[in-house]
Amino acid sequence: MSIDSVFVHKMWNDHELSKMVAGGVPFAMLSDAGGKVGTAYGIYNEEMGVETRGRFIIDPDGIVQGFEVLTPPVGRNINESFRQVQAFQHVRNSQGTEATPSGWRPGKMTLKPGPDLVGKVWEVWNTKMAFD
Amino acid sequence: MAEELKVGCARPTGGLVGAEEEKQELAESTPTSKGKEMKSMIQVGKPAPDFTAPAYHGGKFVSVKLSDYLGKWVLLCFYPGDFTFV
Repeated sequence: MSIDSVFVHKMWNDHELSKMVAGGVPFAMLSDAGGKVGTAYGIYNEEMGVETRGRFIIDPDGIVQGFEVLTPPVGRNINESFRQVQAFQHVRNSQGTEATPSGWRPGKMTLKPGPDLVGKVWEVWNTKMAFD
Repeated sequence: MAEELKVGCARPTGGLVGAEEEKQELAESTPTSKGKEMKSMIQVGKPAPDFTAPAYHGGKFVSVKLSDYLGKWVLLCFYPGDFTFV
């Protein structure tokens, strides 16, 4: 979503992005003229008149589970966004009984918070596990 | 899911769902000390503000409503503008 019109989205997709991604952008390119939606999400920069690089993870109940906001010159890390969505999905599927430690990826161990785990995380998890 | 838009000379617009009622409420409420509504970041664990927005998708111009995606995971990305390099 950006402040550009859908006509500009079409030009950008058809003339540039479709040359990077076969078939063009597979998802909806949303237009937020005036920044009304961006303002509600707290990422519209009024001085510059543009949205900043905000990225929101919204769960199936419409609840915001996470967000990240970057200034314009630095691009996002899509793998990290996917990793976070996978972690939120895992936690949701466990109905909140599991938590994903730092650097978790599918297949890595999760933690089951409870009275027995208090002060004992060091016994089952170490900092090396935060890295790939 | 998404409703197709008629293309005319007017630029299609969207907005927040329920924004008209909010405006009225604001007009009735007393202004804050700065005389302007305080801007704040939305919070995790709280509902995402619902909106409708015109969109370009699969070669068509459509209208997209966030709440139509309830039941699915949504990654909503904002960016400064088309053709902004990164």
